[in-house]
Amino acid sequence: MSIAEKYPQEIEAVYAKYPPDRKRSAVMPLLYLAQRDEGFITKESMAEIAAMLSLDVTEVASIVGFYTLYHDQKEGRYRMQVCNDLPCALRGADKFLESLCQNLGIKVGETTPDGLVTLEAVMCLAACDKAPMFQIQDGDKVTYHEHMTVDRTMELIDALKKSGFGDAGSGEVK
Amino acid sequence: MAYLLLRHRDVQDIKKLEVYVKNGGFESLKKAVTTMQPGQVMDEVKASGLRGRGGAGFPTGVKWSFIPKGVFPTYVVANADESEPGTFKDREIMEGNPYQFLEGVAIACYAIQSNMGYVYLRGEFHELARELDACLAEMEKAGYLGDNLFGTNYSLRIRTHLGAGAYICGEETALLESIEGKRGQPRMRPPFPAVVGLYGKPTVINNVETLTNVPLIIEKGASWYRSLGTEKSPGIKVISLSGNVAKPGNYELPLGTTFRELIFTHGGGIPDGRKIKGIMPAGASSSIILVNDETFDKVMDTPMDYESVQNVGSLLGSASIIVIDDTHNMDWVINKTVHFFKHESCGKCTPCRDGNYWMLHLVERIHQGEASAADVQLLNSVANQVNGKCLCALGDFSTMAVTSAIERFPQDFELKVKA
Repeated sequence: MSIAEKYPQEIEAVYAKYPPDRKRSAVMPLLYLAQRDEGFITKESMAEIAAMLSLDVTEVASIVGFYTLYHDQKEGRYRMQVCNDLPCALRGADKFLESLCQNLGIKVGETTPDGLVTLEAVMCLAACDKAPMFQIQDGDKVTYHEHMTVDRTMELIDALKKSGFGDAGSGEVK
Repeated sequence: MAYLLLRHRDVQDIKKLEVYVKNGGFESLKKAVTTMQPGQVMDEVKASGLRGRGGAGFPTGVKWSFIPKGVFPTYVVANADESEPGTFKDREIMEGNPYQFLEGVAIACYAIQSNMGYVYLRGEFHELARELDACLAEMEKAGYLGDNLFGTNYSLRIRTHLGAGAYICGEETALLESIEGKRGQPRMRPPFPAVVGLYGKPTVINNVETLTNVPLIIEKGASWYRSLGTEKSPGIKVISLSGNVAKPGNYELPLGTTFRELIFTHGGGIPDGRKIKGIMPAGASSSIILVNDETFDKVMDTPMDYESVQNVGSLLGSASIIVIDDTHNMDWVINKTVHFFKHESCGKCTPCRDGNYWMLHLVERIHQGEASAADVQLLNSVANQVNGKCLCALGDFSTMAVTSAIERFPQDFELKVKA
């Protein structure tokens, strides 16, 4: 099904945010919609968005390539994105990521064999005081999980596995 | 003292509209729109001495006054792209005290007679954007946004726009490109956004924390605001403290508070009896302040304001204080910062794009213990060729930690190079 058929109301709401003669501004929100179900943006979706906004499909693809939260390849159901930038690394993020790799039996950038989780190292997520932390990207949604331990992360992964296509929720500890 | 920006720490549920209103919320907006001329609002903010809290420290009222008269439409864009490693203050303000921030956006819009404001959030703040959307809907319902505000002929709407993961979009012209549906790459300046901004129209771009100060200034006046902080850096600042400290977090303090008070009184000092080796006061974009037995007292007694931090060889920036203890080698620290900037360089201008590529190769070689002393000098030379030669500040930022580490911590590099 096309994006226009799937999300007619949301697309109208997106257009309403910008001046009528500035439709191109809708490209980023539309790309998020295109990514919602599959976790990546297909060539067909890019072509559809290009047609909706009177853009060249190459322009749309260049936006997908520029921004790190858009993906053009299928990976795991959830992308677990661990921040190991300087402030988090000063509070143990590198070690955390390393033991997570050991526990999952994969390297950074790889996906668990069941296709559930792709483990990634990412740049600062504005949670430096709550390291180790990661975000889970699930389609067009992002949730933060802060003050994490390897044990709690493995429990979260187990819960995700059990719920199948459930919600990644929020693991924040106040 | 009661919190002025992080008011959610004092007033429970201030993120609910009715609680915010009960605690004086939107009185400043009403006062501005119903009793003040736009120019008066601008003058009050100018007189307060409020300076941009995103890092540059530019006087906010002066920035507003650059908007040309008689050109419509105009726009206000709140920069909520908070992505500097070590900075996490805007997120807490928006999560905890969203209406004060949005009231600040609204007052800024009125001051430049804009009918449309945008809040540009980094894509990772997905949940926060949904919360702000709900806040904006509540404000429209309650008559704080929409047509004919407070019975006047002034109309205003505010919308959120979500980025998708790019540090460069915190740079104001890259941010505008991103709202326009393009890759977030900086524009040549001049013209500046005040003249040619969003959709080619005059635009004010202010940081979240900057805007959150505005309702206070309209409510209590410029002279009250000036009673806080220092003469040249008036007011309060939310300082993000991270790294090797016992109690990392956000601290709302007057500008001019010393490093000692922040790190030891509020931050609980350095764990395990270790010593501070370096401080990065402006996040990953900082020159690293050298802290040793000789410099300790001078650094600790330095007031954190826009002028004084320069006396210890760095800049205050967005006040994202990263504390590094003596268990860390500086070659590792710059390995981290160069990784970051290499990843975040937008690729538009050559010195930044290629300079960071080569810096990354060199810091990796040094970190692996494969480098010679000449490689360290080469790294320094590459950094100096990047600095001052780029389209935007990102290129300069990428060199700050590198050159300061090589200059101030030479022993850390001597340890790593092959004889």
